[in-house]
Amino acid sequence: MTIDLKTIKHISKLSRISVDDKKAEKLAGDLNSIFEFIEKLNKLDTKNIEPLTSVAETTLKFRNDEVKSKDIRDQILKNSPDENEDFFVVPKVVE
Amino acid sequence: MSDITSQTLVELVKNIKEKKISSEETTKAFIERGEKSKDLNTYITEDFSSALQKAKKFDQKPNFDLKLPGIPMAVKDLFCTNGVKTTAGSKILSNFIPPYESTVTQNIWNEGAILLGKLNCDEFAMGSSNETSFFGNVQSPIDKDLVPGGSSGGSASALAANLTPITIGTDTGGSIRQPASFTGTVGLKPTYGSCSRYGIVAFASSLDQAGPMSKDVKDCALLQEIISTYDEKDSTSIDFKRNEYSKELTNNIKGKKIGIPKEYRVDGMPKEIEDLWAKGIEYVKDCGAEIVEISLPHTNYALPAYYIVAPAEASSNLARYDGVKYGFRSKGENLIDMYEKTRSEGFGAEVQRRIMIGTYVLSSGYYDAYYLKAQKVRKLIKNDFDEVYKKVDAILTPSTPSAAFKIGEKTNDPVSMYLNDIFTVPVNLAGLPAISIPAGVDTKGYPLGLQIIGKAFDEQNILNIAYAMEEKIQFKNKITDWWIK
Repeated sequence: MTIDLKTIKHISKLSRISVDDKKAEKLAGDLNSIFEFIEKLNKLDTKNIEPLTSVAETTLKFRNDEVKSKDIRDQILKNSPDENEDFFVVPKVVE
Repeated sequence: MSDITSQTLVELVKNIKEKKISSEETTKAFIERGEKSKDLNTYITEDFSSALQKAKKFDQKPNFDLKLPGIPMAVKDLFCTNGVKTTAGSKILSNFIPPYESTVTQNIWNEGAILLGKLNCDEFAMGSSNETSFFGNVQSPIDKDLVPGGSSGGSASALAANLTPITIGTDTGGSIRQPASFTGTVGLKPTYGSCSRYGIVAFASSLDQAGPMSKDVKDCALLQEIISTYDEKDSTSIDFKRNEYSKELTNNIKGKKIGIPKEYRVDGMPKEIEDLWAKGIEYVKDCGAEIVEISLPHTNYALPAYYIVAPAEASSNLARYDGVKYGFRSKGENLIDMYEKTRSEGFGAEVQRRIMIGTYVLSSGYYDAYYLKAQKVRKLIKNDFDEVYKKVDAILTPSTPSAAFKIGEKTNDPVSMYLNDIFTVPVNLAGLPAISIPAGVDTKGYPLGLQIIGKAFDEQNILNIAYAMEEKIQFKNKITDWWIK
């Protein structure tokens, strides 16, 4: 299988990473060599194997739904690239 | 008494407790050496003046019951530190100041340690040479223009160069053990669920583990005992009975069965690594352990499976960096344009590559062929280990297929860079603990490490084996201070 430029553009859209033509070509080259390596897995029969999602074989514990970090609003807002009073600001989304 | 910065953690703690040195003297010594070592580029953020103040405060009212009384240390810049910039080696977090502390670092400060600063690493811990950091390459103190390994490259370099007495890193596919091996230091990747992931910038959540990096095994055991706690803030933290690793440390490994997996004898492995491994086998035999030939038949499939699982989880974890609530933002014509430009300019090439791989393998129509397939292979790899652990107590392998390489040598070939993690990655996929200890040098004099892999939650056993081997090996790191003018 080869990943073409059209696919690269599609993945870049899904990833929300802008990619120009030059970068797309470089990425296609890299991804193709990586996938060539990854496709070694196809040699392996895994038909009746259960997928492993987590090595930690625990059941999730319940906890009380309570606020523990209080009064850090200002510290959180300070990290924002653009903020106005108590809000995060983004480019206009409604015309 | 030897120079302060060349002492081990255990020595420093003893000297501070016996009032032979103060916390201020100790902290000053590491700061001064740090100031002279800027060429190594180990620090992203120095917190020196605040460290000195904390040391003075400690000396005024010392508490010698603590395990790290007034000990200064620097940590990988992947751990969130309350009020101190945390970048993960990325432009996208280059101005991020966390309003909270990671559990692992909190555990360290609770025992009296003092933060010196934040250490360089590969961007979001994605790399094996510390060359993907937005803040530049890290030089290895071993030789000029040599990589320190990665992703915990700044940690390994600072430790080997005596800029910090001990440090912590994170290990997703080898990021503690490989740099430890490259710099002649000790690095432990604990069992998945042993150390809390709370407050660590996430890379691949089902693989990430924090762990200690140190100059010797005793120091490693002491730090592991401090950082490994059950934490309800991490849903995958496991509540098991933890040993007092440093107190229970013993070099008596008589009768232990050590497995030697034939699949780790890979094509093109340098003879010096073969020889080192053979020497390691002799050492454990000398200690009274028994050698057992074993097979881990799916070893060859670990790396390809890892390069599906890790990028898939990364693409999901890194979706949060959108330029809205924190971090770098680029100007865009509209919201989507802002997202796309922010992420294109904020992430480096390797991180973008992995996000793209991850997005692709999770995308509609490919999920079963790649992601599900990789999870099944992961199961087979874990089964391999479960099977051999019916017969052996631990496994001995080389840590890496080669010694450290030069800066720039592998940057244009991602696959050859990935192959560096061939011996470390299976351990992460199976969630097991493993330690790398320095065991020799190659023809150029560059350090080489051996890896001991344990059963889940059996850190004590691999620490003991490492401790026994360390006594036999008597490794001495040759650091010439070439970077100090």
